[in-house]
Amino acid sequence: MSEQTVNHATSTGGPVPDAATAGGPKAIWVFIEQVDGAIADVSMELVGRARELADPLGYAVVGILLGHEVNGLAPDVIARGADRVLVADHPELAHYRTLPYARVLIDEARRGRPEILLVGATPNGRDLAPRVASALRCGLTADCTDLQIGDHHIRRDDRTVKNLLFQIRPAFGGNLIATIVNPDTRPQMATVREGVMRMPDADPTRAGEIERLEPAFQPGDFALEVLDRRRRESTVRLKDAAVVVAGGAGIKDQAAFDALRELANLLGGEVGASRAAVDAGLIERDHQVGQTGTTVRPRLYIAAGISGAVQHRAGMAESSKIIAINTDPNAPMFQIAHYRIVGDAAKVVPMMIKALRERSAEDAPVWAAEDEEEGAADGAGGAATGASEGAAR
Amino acid sequence: MTGPGPIDSVVLVKQVPDTHNVTSDAMTRDGTMNRNALPAIFNPEDLNALEMALQIRERHGGTVTVVTMGPPKAANILRDSLWRGADRVILLTDRRFAGADTLATSIALQKAVEKIGRYDLILAGRQAIDGDTAQVGPQTAEKLGIPQVTYVESVLEIADGRITAVRALDHGTEVVRCTLPCLLTVVGSANTPRPPSARRRMAQKLAATPAEYPSLLAAWPEFGTQEALAAYVRERDLEIPVWSADDIGAEAATIGLAGSPTQVHKVNFVVLESTETRTVEPTPDAIAAMVSELVHEYIVG
Repeated sequence: MSEQTVNHATSTGGPVPDAATAGGPKAIWVFIEQVDGAIADVSMELVGRARELADPLGYAVVGILLGHEVNGLAPDVIARGADRVLVADHPELAHYRTLPYARVLIDEARRGRPEILLVGATPNGRDLAPRVASALRCGLTADCTDLQIGDHHIRRDDRTVKNLLFQIRPAFGGNLIATIVNPDTRPQMATVREGVMRMPDADPTRAGEIERLEPAFQPGDFALEVLDRRRRESTVRLKDAAVVVAGGAGIKDQAAFDALRELANLLGGEVGASRAAVDAGLIERDHQVGQTGTTVRPRLYIAAGISGAVQHRAGMAESSKIIAINTDPNAPMFQIAHYRIVGDAAKVVPMMIKALRERSAEDAPVWAAEDEEEGAADGAGGAATGASEGAAR
Repeated sequence: MTGPGPIDSVVLVKQVPDTHNVTSDAMTRDGTMNRNALPAIFNPEDLNALEMALQIRERHGGTVTVVTMGPPKAANILRDSLWRGADRVILLTDRRFAGADTLATSIALQKAVEKIGRYDLILAGRQAIDGDTAQVGPQTAEKLGIPQVTYVESVLEIADGRITAVRALDHGTEVVRCTLPCLLTVVGSANTPRPPSARRRMAQKLAATPAEYPSLLAAWPEFGTQEALAAYVRERDLEIPVWSADDIGAEAATIGLAGSPTQVHKVNFVVLESTETRTVEPTPDAIAAMVSELVHEYIVG
């Protein structure tokens, strides 16, 4: 590996030397996020991707799991592809708090010197990762949509660093795709959105080690206490919806958005939105599709008044069929759409509703049956009730 | 201990290209982007952070200081901050800050906050719309050695050296109590930022950095000379202070491109894959035909 060239003149912290200089085996670590004893999907997706990246390099995959009474979760992390699971089980870790969690990750990363440390880009992950990266003085890339391994040439020093983590993400409002590398600092850290990596199958026969950690907290780690926690079960089931009807900046008012809801209901689907619509207050944030929202792969995606910035497309481009409705004939969304409708969504959507109403009078029962099947077949995600549920909303 | 004394806040803000409103004229034919076609705006959630700081000042007294790191033209959002009610603004600008990733940015902000000295709260928007990383807030908190409270939607109480706040999460909310000083990142749903006040705008229309005096003079030729204008601005305490890397004691190797552990390996302009696209006219008949096709292909229904 390359030599350390980073000058860390300021007071605390310091980059973590890479594992080769430490003499240990190189490893990809994945932060295993659990909430109330359930592991977040994104953590397992990352274990799966880490396995794929690690095998050609001969690296180990290590899960680091924090919580209280969570020992029982470790075997599943191994079954999904980890070689080793580090478990910090402690009452102070029962619920996520930045400083106690960061303490464990920082201490363990300094000790274990992973090459790569991956964190799910959940609200907690996006709170934790920068705190840890700052203390370790290492580079961090947010919200990656892809991870690969490759070589990077540094022109300034005319040297090539091999086998770096390519951290790939939309940038600049989603109008560019940037590949970011951290040539000289370790671990190479990245957060990754839920749903962009494939969920690995569990192989209960896989062998692996479970190692217990003893957290060494400091008094300052408890500066924050949680007084109340209200979990609002989201009724939005975007991730597994068979049909998503999404609105964007071209949807100007609540009435036009209500029409999208009606269309989604008729199709047994969910309402999605671009960030513009969320920011305009037309719909709650848990309906947001895209890089900073949910990633969806429905059979049909209807983009009503969504111009189609990469950030949004990152969350829906793999839809089987895309209908784009926009007044701007040059909207980027049209370039990935299967059906291109240049017009005002506020007029076109009611036409679709009318056409569907007329059809559904003929063959409504067939629809219901189809939706049931789809819901049952698509049991992988947490929201197994899937498509049929949406129709009831 | 009883109720708090005045609360001194520092608000970290950023001027960003308006990436939310990428119009088709900002996109060139080959799918690349014309950055200059995008206006520079006040990062939206930073306005929510400023508003939260102003409301805290209204309730508890104290001061609101706004800091930005950016090019000289970032002074525009500092003027805007003054007109909305900030007591004091500071521009960090230096060629050596350029090319900073989030870690190098957090070091510059840490040094600037330490130069400001006394503070109870640091506030920043949850994330900036040009990068969407949400990293600079937590990284700055870590550098300052203070706790962070991210995704703050409201402040319930500040008492006994602690702040009680509501955090907005994907699947619910959390009420937390944290010791001061700490850093809050604020979400867009927190409040509706007040507009710039007409009165303050009148009183502080000449607020400017020294680098802006020539253009200010062009707009106000009655001052005659730049010296006369500079004297007038200083007399009324309207000069926006500009701090360089040296002013904040930031070592060159820790800031800007030199202090950034992340490097760009490559950038791809987004060239959209062409799909078989069928154009459907926005007429009831054509829409009905499309719906019928979707049903027959078992895509819907």
